[in-house]
Amino acid sequence: MSDIVISVRDLTKRFGNFIAVDRISFDVHRGEIFGFLGANGAGKTTAMRMLCGLSYPTSGSGMVAGYDVRTEGEQIKRHIGYMSQRFSLYNDLTVWENIRLFAGIYGLSAKETEVRATELLDRLNFASERNTLVGSLPLGWKQKLSFAIATVHRPEVVFLDEPTGGVDPITRRQFWEMIYEAAEGGTTIFVTTHYMDEAEYCTRVSIMVDGVVRALDTPARLKQQFAAKSIDEVFRSLARGAQRGE
Amino acid sequence: MGAIEIHNLSKSYGKVQALDNVSFSVERGELFGLIGPDGAGKTTLFRLLTTLLNPDAGSAKVDGYDIKKDYLAIRSRVGYMPGRFSLYPDLSVEENLQFFAALFGVSIDESYELIAPIYKQIEPFSTRRAGKLSGGMKQKLALSCALIHRPGVLFLDEPTTGVDAVSRSEFWDMLSGLKERGITILVSTPYMDEASRCDRIALCNEGKILSIDTPKGIVRRFDKRLYGISAKNMFALLGKARMVRGVEDCYPCGEKHHLVAGHEFDIEYFKSQMKDTEGLEIVNTEPTIEDMFIKLMKR
Repeated sequence: MSDIVISVRDLTKRFGNFIAVDRISFDVHRGEIFGFLGANGAGKTTAMRMLCGLSYPTSGSGMVAGYDVRTEGEQIKRHIGYMSQRFSLYNDLTVWENIRLFAGIYGLSAKETEVRATELLDRLNFASERNTLVGSLPLGWKQKLSFAIATVHRPEVVFLDEPTGGVDPITRRQFWEMIYEAAEGGTTIFVTTHYMDEAEYCTRVSIMVDGVVRALDTPARLKQQFAAKSIDEVFRSLARGAQRGE
Repeated sequence: MGAIEIHNLSKSYGKVQALDNVSFSVERGELFGLIGPDGAGKTTLFRLLTTLLNPDAGSAKVDGYDIKKDYLAIRSRVGYMPGRFSLYPDLSVEENLQFFAALFGVSIDESYELIAPIYKQIEPFSTRRAGKLSGGMKQKLALSCALIHRPGVLFLDEPTTGVDAVSRSEFWDMLSGLKERGITILVSTPYMDEASRCDRIALCNEGKILSIDTPKGIVRRFDKRLYGISAKNMFALLGKARMVRGVEDCYPCGEKHHLVAGHEFDIEYFKSQMKDTEGLEIVNTEPTIEDMFIKLMKR
């Protein structure tokens, strides 16, 4: 197994004359928490869609979890985890039913599903909530469960798209501790956020402006490079120069 | 008399108590922030104050009018920007603005100088359909429409949610401009770092108000010693620090973890217990709104 889980070179997406993503290149290593930041309209979503196998690049190349983003979108979808704030779980299904549904979608056998469900529920201290409707769980629990379910098929990399939007400060931190723990266990995390304090928790951070990756390094080195006190300052100094809106 | 006066307001949806006995008032010309996560009751409070819902109990006045008795008077006096984009996507920018002007029986010309600082930024796209605008432009159009009848009180429900840090601070600059025109603004946000842009804030969670004060006043109420700690392995540091005597709480806070010190905490003892931690640093640090929020939530 290679140490590089995501590798993109000159990845580009055009819509007509508009270059949404303009020759971006980077590698993401196993077990890294990779923060993918950018102003609204910088091209983050388009880039993420290509990395998740939902959209093919116009030019350039990329490998995600060992599969080619140009030709193997379906394989990529099977081998990554994905969680967003908006699409999470089915409120009208129980905790167990949600796990079974997603495990089924990812092709786990009934036996594997049972083993994995027990494992996930134990780790979350959720065993007693197995038959609870997801809709009646507090938001913080839902978020943790969504993350667990995004990893039900043991993907090498999990994409988190603004996973903590609107979440209270305690739950937000508990969520990040879960991310830290998963990363320590070797899962690669690719995460977007508008909370700049969360960018500081990442192993490395990239900042996109107008379709281009303008900065990419550890939070400490970025702050040094831009003579800034926080990633928030680094982000502001780069995004202020943005030419295009969303 | 305040621009908004709220007395013991409660509202539930079935078993869910969305708003639980909330009272506070907002002064005329004040920029007042409701700060809290999803489920805090922010949207319910806006719907009650804009007379779109009736309370189960309690009362409130907006601009001197009762939300139950005088709902028609309130509707023509307030501007409301809901959390979800609520303009007509198939009408152009200008048509949307004309529509709202017509609804309130005013002309765009009469209000132009009020909305100009905001509207001018989208005016070059006046013939574009609202549905085709970018997020930031939609936000500016929605704010222009909410202001078209020159309301005395403006309600903005999470106008900056999902918006990047730079656009968010530009939006707050626009609000400061409106405040200078004497408009009372009640605005909600889940981003605690925006609190400092308000005159006063209410921290709210699960239908209740946790604390109300100026942003500085809120953090002044934080009565514990607070340290910022860091080390090479930040994740391992959390678990280790929490085990040390006198550490009441320890949680990630950007670049450093914040450590809330209890009575028994002794910095030398802490360092001695943590001496095998590579790169350990511990410094005094100032609390933020978020530290206070966490403290109030845990109480």
